[in-house]
Amino acid sequence: MTETPTPLWEVFIRPRNGLSHKHVGSVHAADAELALQAARDVYTRRGEGTSIWVVPSAAITASDPDAAAEFFEPTADKIYRHPTFYEIPEEVGHM
Amino acid sequence: MYSQGLIGADGRTEESPEFLEAFQRRIDAEEKIEPKDPMPAGYRRTLVRQIGQHAHSEIVGMLPEGNWITRAPTLKRKAALLAKVQDEGGHGLYLYAAAETLGVSREEMTEELLAGKAKYSSIFNYPTLSWADIGAIGWLVDGAAIMNQIPLCRCSYGPYSRAMIRICKEESFHQRQGYEIMLTLCRGTPEQKAMAQDALNRWWWPSLMMFGPHDKDSAHTEQSMKWKIKRFTNDQLRQKFIDATVPQAEFLGLTIPDPELRWNPDKNDGRGGYDHGPIDWDEFWRVVKGHGRMNRDRLAARRKAHDEGAWVREAALAHARKRKARAMAAE
Ligand SMILES: [Fe+2]
Ligand SMILES: [Fe+2]
Repeated sequence: MTETPTPLWEVFIRPRNGLSHKHVGSVHAADAELALQAARDVYTRRGEGTSIWVVPSAAITASDPDAAAEFFEPTADKIYRHPTFYEIPEEVGHM
Repeated sequence: MYSQGLIGADGRTEESPEFLEAFQRRIDAEEKIEPKDPMPAGYRRTLVRQIGQHAHSEIVGMLPEGNWITRAPTLKRKAALLAKVQDEGGHGLYLYAAAETLGVSREEMTEELLAGKAKYSSIFNYPTLSWADIGAIGWLVDGAAIMNQIPLCRCSYGPYSRAMIRICKEESFHQRQGYEIMLTLCRGTPEQKAMAQDALNRWWWPSLMMFGPHDKDSAHTEQSMKWKIKRFTNDQLRQKFIDATVPQAEFLGLTIPDPELRWNPDKNDGRGGYDHGPIDWDEFWRVVKGHGRMNRDRLAARRKAHDEGAWVREAALAHARKRKARAMAAE
């Protein structure tokens, strides 16, 4: 007896105002409303959040880990993007 | 639930030596492995088995304690026990979610449990005969689980390690509420103290078995340690548990039911530790193979809950489909 799978949702929680939502895990639920309730019961039993997002897992597009080297490669050699690349004399003070 | 999770694991793997070496280098560098990363098939299979069985243990573990919720002696104890059992359900769900990242579905895992093909920890096949058992379970069973689970927070597989961090944060309340129940009984009437001793007598040895077979008989430990799924061997964790628990029993004024238990100053590289008597492995394997006192009841209870919940799952999906159709028609 194989039953219809219940859709999977990714759960994001804002621990408190001022912080962004962070991925905490996933839940199964038939629709968004039930997913929110399940996420509340599963991931916020001890005041872990003030806001929850649920997103259908199928709606997420992810970068390919096999291609991560090429995909992120261009950042590695651009050291001039970092403040320490520039020399400012001591006397100028903190900048 | 936890070292036994490896029972039935199949770590065989058929990748090229270069692939395996590259993977091992990542593991040795303490890099975490994430769901879509390349990994040996044996690593994936071992984790699916271990995380799935760990999840099943949390879910089935709700049953022995659930047995006492309606009969808890006070409202405070009832509220605490409800919260604990609810936590265990949550632990099961975090872990199922972690296993699903490896490509196995929740439905497949549930079917394996209900068909009796997947294992769960042997400890939950013992009955909870008195209220003192609820104290003993929190103190000993959750205590043993904590010993096992803390090193799993550093497991090489990212989703498993993150689930374990959440779980470990919640476990310490479980053990403390159990110990407090034992303490209250031990400070009560002689009959209450006798109840506590009886519970310790029945739960001590099964708790030691939770760590799984001795290292020399544990076929999968070596590969799992190499892949940093496991960080300590079964015997190392069992010894830590005994050394931590014996003084707690002494504080309660209870006797550990092991006449051969003795302080050995030379153990643990001279730091000292307890020698213990032989564990009844025949009993352990009997229970693992399905012949413990409660094996049939536990599976029957899970099957009943699953079957009786089927209409709810179907109705929720039908409702979701209907609402979606209506929303589309309105657009
Ligand atoms: Fe748990
Ligand atoms: Fe627990």
